Amino acid sequence: MASVQIHDVRKSFGGFEVLHGVSVPIEDGAFVVLVGPSGCGKSTLLRMLAGLEKITSGTISIGDRVVNDVQPKERDIAMVFQNYALYPHMTVAQNMGFSLKLRGADAAEITAKVNRAADILDLRKLLDRFPRQLSGGQRQRVAMGRAIVRDPQVFLFDEPLSNLDAKLRVAMRTEIKELHQRLKTTTVYVTHDQIEAMTMADKIVVMQDGIVEQMGAPLDLYDRPDNKFVAGFIGSPAMNFLEGNIKVNGGQPWVETANGSKLPITAVPAGSDGRPVTYGIRPEHLEFADTGIEAEVVVIEPTGSETQLVARVGTQEIIAIFRDRRSVKPGDIIHLQPRPSAAHLFDRDTGKRL
Amino acid sequence: MSTIPSSLPGRRPMQVATAWERLRTNHSWLAAWFMLPAAAFLILFLAYPLFLGVWMSFTDERIGRGGVFVGLENYEWLWGDSVFWLSVFNTLLYTVVASAIKFVVGLYLALLLNRHMPFKAMIRAAVLVPFIVPTVLSAIAFWWIYDAQFSIISWSLTKMGLIHENINFLGDPNMARGSVIFANIWRGVPFVAITLLAGLQTVSPSLYEAATLDGATSWQRFRYITYPLLTPIIAVVMTFSVLFTFTDFQLIWALTRGGPVNSTHLMATLSYQRGILSGRLGEGAAIATAMIPFLCAAIAISWFGMQRRKWQQGSDND
Repeated sequence: MASVQIHDVRKSFGGFEVLHGVSVPIEDGAFVVLVGPSGCGKSTLLRMLAGLEKITSGTISIGDRVVNDVQPKERDIAMVFQNYALYPHMTVAQNMGFSLKLRGADAAEITAKVNRAADILDLRKLLDRFPRQLSGGQRQRVAMGRAIVRDPQVFLFDEPLSNLDAKLRVAMRTEIKELHQRLKTTTVYVTHDQIEAMTMADKIVVMQDGIVEQMGAPLDLYDRPDNKFVAGFIGSPAMNFLEGNIKVNGGQPWVETANGSKLPITAVPAGSDGRPVTYGIRPEHLEFADTGIEAEVVVIEPTGSETQLVARVGTQEIIAIFRDRRSVKPGDIIHLQPRPSAAHLFDRDTGKRL
Repeated sequence: MSTIPSSLPGRRPMQVATAWERLRTNHSWLAAWFMLPAAAFLILFLAYPLFLGVWMSFTDERIGRGGVFVGLENYEWLWGDSVFWLSVFNTLLYTVVASAIKFVVGLYLALLLNRHMPFKAMIRAAVLVPFIVPTVLSAIAFWWIYDAQFSIISWSLTKMGLIHENINFLGDPNMARGSVIFANIWRGVPFVAITLLAGLQTVSPSLYEAATLDGATSWQRFRYITYPLLTPIIAVVMTFSVLFTFTDFQLIWALTRGGPVNSTHLMATLSYQRGILSGRLGEGAAIATAMIPFLCAAIAISWFGMQRRKWQQGSDND
């Protein structure tokens, strides 16, 4: 196990820079998730960590060692690929033992280590099968087994669950998290799925367009997003955004939208009367009330445990989630009251949190 | 109600219809009909001439005169014919040496072409040129290259002062063998290279990345990833390559006509010479028929090589 330091790393392909100085400290034994939309540079960063891409500038260190010029196989890392990259012509056992065989380990040692990893992942019965004879979830486990056998300093996961169906994805998510709690190996995990990020990470790194937007513990990001991008990216369904202007009139300030809705807030910086802002409120922080945002119900989506409601405010749609069941139907006019303490204010131009 | 009595007399035709109906829905019967056109073509243009050729080898037929059945007489005659055995030796030598070199060079070229490089598509297209030039044209070009007086190779080496007299490419038995083998390799490499390149491109790059992380050197990546994954396509390509080489005729005929002193005669060229030029159709057919066991052996070897490997079996859940 080891800590990983990513310091001011840049990457250019040709003349085109895709990572603009990314710094991420990763503590020993942490589970760090790099998350962001397609093309944000998260996979490139992971591949640089693995040594599959050259580092244009900046440094990456594993433990105390700067690994910029260290060969992939010398970095003592193991990677799980999105398509698993299992060797189709080798059995499960051969797949898992391949790195040991290349290292020149003797047969007894290989068998022992492969069996130990197989026991951890419940693969004992599949050791003689070929990858084609396995289901998606089993292949995923073999890919992890191949990583575990190496007993590396750092595990790297590159969108490992995106080829699985929804149900299996949830099951494997739990399995990977359990595995990390058991092995306590430093793990860097790339995904575009914010739910995976939220549920698995000790620390989330949200990336967009080659920069880090925010990093921190999952709930910190959820509760206090630094900017509108993070606010909209973390959480499902996404946060609602309404445009308005801050009004301060004596005591309680509020945000007034173009159609006259008054959105409650707790406090604002001094001198921000009239300032144009984006008002963010999560779906679960809206409540039915007699006053508040006037909205027309568009769609009601009951999931059993909760009810998701899509409503139209002026020209835009907002989403609200309720734990209790409501007898509303499309076309009804309702009032939604935001919880003032849960409101987020972002500068309209920069998107930064106020 | 009135329709019921009128339908009764129709009972017998109904039974006939059901018999026809059964036949019509019988898949094997239908399949046989669908296969008929293809089967007719194969029988008419492949099986029948092949059978005729084999039959002819048991007769003493000559051009312009129908033959009579002579049993194995042609074969007995060939058994004692040193020129025939020389052609068998030449054919095996030609096939083994040319195919082996074509495989090694073709695989090397495919690995090179599989890399990222500028003008990749153009270079790949250029590699195919020897393959698309008509064989006779390239043979004539080689004929000039190997010419006793005007050879560009001899001329260049003389100008460089490396040799003082022209190389006798096609006049010396072993030089001639080497020269025709080289020409065959030049012509056959593109087929091997391009087909193996297609095979290489089906190997997922992430396998190489995984192997790199597993600690494989570039040789180990070839040995443990590329080569095993390529074996099925290697088996196919080399079967075709061996069959084409074994039955080669044009190149030899254009370059040497089997000379000097039969040293480059292959079974195909000898068969043509004896059967058509000398008019002894029966004997020529016997030489050609003698090629069949060799070809069957080559196919059998590759068939065992091509059998679906265990790792290719099972369902694909992708």
